[in-house]
Amino acid sequence: MSLAVFQRNVPFVATLSVFALLFAFASARYDGFFTLQYFVSFVSADAYLGIAALGLTFVILSGGIDLSVGAVIGCVSILIGVLIEKHHWSPLLVVPVALLFGTAMGASMGAVIHCFGLPPFLVTLAGMFFARGLGFLISLESVPVGGALANFNSDVYVPLSSRAFVPATTLLYLLAFLIAFAVAHFTRFGRNVYAIGGNEPSARLMGLPVGKTKIGVYTLSGFCAALAGVTYVLQNTKGDPTTGLGLELDAIAAVVIGGTLLSGGVGLVAGTLLGVMILGIIQAIITFQGTLNSWWTRIIVGALLLAFILLQKLIQAKKFQTAKTFQTAK
Amino acid sequence: MNTWHKLKWPLIALALVLLFNLLSTPGFFRVEIKNGHFYGSLIDILNRGAPVMLLSLGMTLVIATGGVDLSVGAIMAIAGAVAAMQVNAGHALPFVLAASLGAAVAAGLWNGLLVGYFKVPPIVATLVLMVSGRGIAQLITEGHHIRFNSPPFEFIGRGHFLGLPFAVTIVLVVFAMLALLCTKTAAGLFIEATGDNEKASRYAGVQTRLVQFVVYTICALCAGLAGLITTTNVQEADPSNTGVGLELDAILATVIGGTALTGGRFYLAGSLIGAILLQTITTTILTRGVPVNWTLVVKATVIIAVCLLQSEKFRQLIWRRKISVL
Repeated sequence: MSLAVFQRNVPFVATLSVFALLFAFASARYDGFFTLQYFVSFVSADAYLGIAALGLTFVILSGGIDLSVGAVIGCVSILIGVLIEKHHWSPLLVVPVALLFGTAMGASMGAVIHCFGLPPFLVTLAGMFFARGLGFLISLESVPVGGALANFNSDVYVPLSSRAFVPATTLLYLLAFLIAFAVAHFTRFGRNVYAIGGNEPSARLMGLPVGKTKIGVYTLSGFCAALAGVTYVLQNTKGDPTTGLGLELDAIAAVVIGGTLLSGGVGLVAGTLLGVMILGIIQAIITFQGTLNSWWTRIIVGALLLAFILLQKLIQAKKFQTAKTFQTAK
Repeated sequence: MNTWHKLKWPLIALALVLLFNLLSTPGFFRVEIKNGHFYGSLIDILNRGAPVMLLSLGMTLVIATGGVDLSVGAIMAIAGAVAAMQVNAGHALPFVLAASLGAAVAAGLWNGLLVGYFKVPPIVATLVLMVSGRGIAQLITEGHHIRFNSPPFEFIGRGHFLGLPFAVTIVLVVFAMLALLCTKTAAGLFIEATGDNEKASRYAGVQTRLVQFVVYTICALCAGLAGLITTTNVQEADPSNTGVGLELDAILATVIGGTALTGGRFYLAGSLIGAILLQTITTTILTRGVPVNWTLVVKATVIIAVCLLQSEKFRQLIWRRKISVL
């Protein structure tokens, strides 16, 4: 039993080690890296990617995939921008509308996936085209957002020291993480997600609400993507229909590097947080180094992704062997 | 018979879009001959659709084995970048072609290795190259756009052969070769068998690993050719923008063409029709003066409609409702 628990968490331990190694390397090598101020700033920079990745973690845990998150972020950001700047809606109304849009988008994709048995890959691909297209229909140009929303991030913060401030968006990110963590590990819904990802037919035979849960995870992912869109607007004080192009891939990479199996059923929400931070550290190291060009980011992320996928294969192969020793049939 | 049944829907859709154009856009079907070359909207559709047509041919074989290749757009960028660098280095055309297509083949072998031998799920395996491939292409050109001026090389994307754009000729040749490969040899059977049931095929003696290796390589080679066409057409290698999002168009064309994402039966002709349908829709949107930003929403609607039509459950739903109405 303890062995099984250990084996399941090997990817997470690997993620933790990679993070620690990268962090130690960067701290030793670059002046000013090992400061609270910088730590907060590079965690904050990825807040919206992180929030989207948290929602995506549930989808991947359930054995599905959601390619629409980047497009939903772009669509929500421009929706907020246009509603506030062109139609002068109150931010108190706009933010719920934006969140509702993302949630509805996720729920409809989940419903189509479950009710018609279509592959999640295709449905969320269509969702991605739809959301991106809708964003461009709302406005082709990015719209600067002023007023209360623009000042929110600079007005609301928690001072950690004389120079380190945690901005509101980062607090939102941490809050989202805590809620996601609680939902994954301490609720019925969370346990159902793990069960369905582990083995859908068994979950169905056990009487778990497979359909409801599946629709639920896409709804949750849609909500998180919309929340990420709101976070983007708060951070960058603009709505931009091209935001989040290819972000779904970064988010998937973060989830996988965080130790979640793409086949579903195994993974930790905390891993995703670490995965996003690893992406952030790689970006930071490349910025600090100065001589490395930005395209190295993509190559290194690709290499890390590969390393983690191969590690996952190794663990699965081992698990298969253990399973074989227990049951002689099949 | 079965093939016709599958090709029916994309053909009907294509016919509807063309009919719409016949009625609404005067001169849409006019084909003129200028300087011995054909010109017109229809030729333009084929010419502009050529890269996605090539991609969808390769993608069809990959999807038929139950896989998917997300890295084709990145491979296009790599092939274009290698070719542009070699042309500017003053190498001869055969060397340029060998180097750029060789790079594409290497990328395909890599995907095949991950999927066939390491048994990594295809979406993830090709995601690795999709993420890092564009970085590699930027590394090759050191992040710059590389312009070049070499008429023999540019013939690939700008030349004409027998009056048709040369890109269309390439598509036809690749289609003919793949169709022959799949109908006149056992390769088609092996590919379908692998996609239907990999384990059973392996026990039956099909070398499924080799099959996966080969289809990913063919797909990458098609992507390499598509990259050369795109690059030579604009006389510039642009590592960050060449082929962005085209992997999705190729997958879409394949699915519209009747090949199921779950693998098994595949329809090369269907994928070609699917790719032409996509390009026709795009061209229609452009010529009708509809803002370009509608393209994505229309595309999304088409995907969902086609997918729903192919879904067993959806058809049952419609069927039942018909009965209840009766």
